[in-house]
Amino acid sequence: MGLLSKGFSGLRVLKEGLTGNTGWTPHWRDPEPKAEYDILIIGGGGHGLATAHYLASVHGLTNVAVLEKGYIGGGNIGRNTTIVRANYFLPGNSEFYSHSLKLWEGLEQDLNYNVMHSQRGIFNLFHSDGQRDAFARRGNAMINQGDDAILLDRDGVRKHLPYLDYDNVRFPVYGALYHPRGGTARHDAVAWGYARGADSRGVDILQNCEVTGIDIEGGVVKGVQTTRGAIRAKKVGIVVAGRSGQVAAMAGMRLPIESHVLQAFVTEGLKPVIDNVVTFGMGHFYISQSDKGGLVFGGDLDSYATYAARGNLPTVEHVMEAGMTLMPMIGKAKILRSWGGIMDMTPDGSPIIDKTGIDGLYIDCGWCYGGFKAVPASGHCFAHLIATDRPHEAATGLRMDRFRTGYGIMDEEGTGSQHNLH
Amino acid sequence: MRIKCPICGERDHREFYYRGAALTRPDPDAGEGAWDDYVYLRDNPAGETRDLWYHAAGCSAWVVVTRNTLTHAVSSTELAEKT
Ligand SMILES: Cc1cc2nc3c(=O)[nH]c(=O)nc-3n(C[C@H](O)[C@H](O)[C@H](O)COP(=O)(O)OP(=O)(O)OC[C@H]3O[C@@H](n4cnc5c(N)ncnc54)[C@H](O)[C@@H]3O)c2cc1C
Ligand SMILES: [Zn+2]
Repeated sequence: MGLLSKGFSGLRVLKEGLTGNTGWTPHWRDPEPKAEYDILIIGGGGHGLATAHYLASVHGLTNVAVLEKGYIGGGNIGRNTTIVRANYFLPGNSEFYSHSLKLWEGLEQDLNYNVMHSQRGIFNLFHSDGQRDAFARRGNAMINQGDDAILLDRDGVRKHLPYLDYDNVRFPVYGALYHPRGGTARHDAVAWGYARGADSRGVDILQNCEVTGIDIEGGVVKGVQTTRGAIRAKKVGIVVAGRSGQVAAMAGMRLPIESHVLQAFVTEGLKPVIDNVVTFGMGHFYISQSDKGGLVFGGDLDSYATYAARGNLPTVEHVMEAGMTLMPMIGKAKILRSWGGIMDMTPDGSPIIDKTGIDGLYIDCGWCYGGFKAVPASGHCFAHLIATDRPHEAATGLRMDRFRTGYGIMDEEGTGSQHNLH
Repeated sequence: MRIKCPICGERDHREFYYRGAALTRPDPDAGEGAWDDYVYLRDNPAGETRDLWYHAAGCSAWVVVTRNTLTHAVSSTELAEKT
């Protein structure tokens, strides 16, 4: 791509600015579906688009289509609170998220796209001696994995976050686990960047194309039925996040997944006030400030199975109370919007990238509320699995059969491997 | 969302603890497949579902709630012990 023609660069922004911004073109085509492809990816969220991008860029597989029932960026990829981190503890997750953070660090160059990845640091606050011990142990696991973690005491936190209420009677701030390489990114730009990366290598991105059936003959996948006609394929990957249960059912599968809603909130734009990502696990609250100035925050799931992409008021109230408890200074900010997204929750809170019992059919699901940071590695590892029929070395632990066998369960929170406990 | 407890009447859903899909427990010796189905695998329907809620801040009853996962409308409730 020439610097001044199709690629993005500072020089091009300058040139377009001086010539009336008339040279920008759509970032991807809007093709008609072909009758057959080598590979179909069901779901044009972050994970599906990243999978298509890496199938093309790493494996040279370009006779690929991404089938999206709505529009690119309309699912969770455009609804999340954009936190990117590699602070996992258990083998299986640890190497996977570490791999993902490394891909994030090279993503803008790889995609030639500004995804506004900002490694502004994450502070996970702790409020008791027991929690400090648990965080010290987690920090050591992160360092052993090759990532970064610093255990801060109360004064250490105060230097970075002077605005917290340190003396809350119920949850006084004892310190924090600081993860400097953690941060945020612009979520839609991630979807658009991957879509453009895949499209530019020949992948067809088919929007308004809902998959309504999966064709299987003699245990082998043959293609799919869609609202834009039947499409044949040798291999099919299911990557539909909150809708995993429905699409898997088209292949006669039941998954270890329940769909739940997670809400988030954004305030009016404010001057820079929160420089990092801060999490208050005891109160179920976390926050960062977007580059536009809005405070972006959220809490826990509403905690009942649902497909309504909106939550109920008790969770709204709870999140606001927790935020006011931790940082009373935000109390005067006006909330502009709140919304919800449907999370594919697994019993142990960890994801699945695996084959199914059906030849040529693969599945990538179970991202729970943490799948944004996973987008690069999920796409990278799912593409590897589809292309080579072997799991990528960073994703060998993300097996579906761990629930049935009890071997390799990844329950990061230690709350038990059961639905509705994560 | 408001849930009608058969004993206490209509209450805010925050009075209840959500347990998940209301399923029939297999026999102890039903085998690995049946237990995997019961503990882990889910229909996860988009539409009508039946799930178990515990009236923790009320009468302590387990309630089977029939509701719609797309609209949050609750169509009926009954005591779990009656099902
Ligand atoms: C409020 C909120 C906050 C979050 N915060 C964070 C965070 O801070 N950090 C983090 O790491 N993660 C976070 N997440 C989680 C993260 O957003 C998700 O795990 C991740 O985006 C899911 O993968 P995806 O991007 O592929 O999903 P989606 O964008 O939902 O993609 C799935 C796509 O599949 C399509 N689809 C479904 N059915 C069909 C069909 N039959 N045919 C064709 N297409 C179909 C859908 O239309 C959708 O576009 C958050 C989520 C929410 C809702
Ligand atoms: Zn009651």
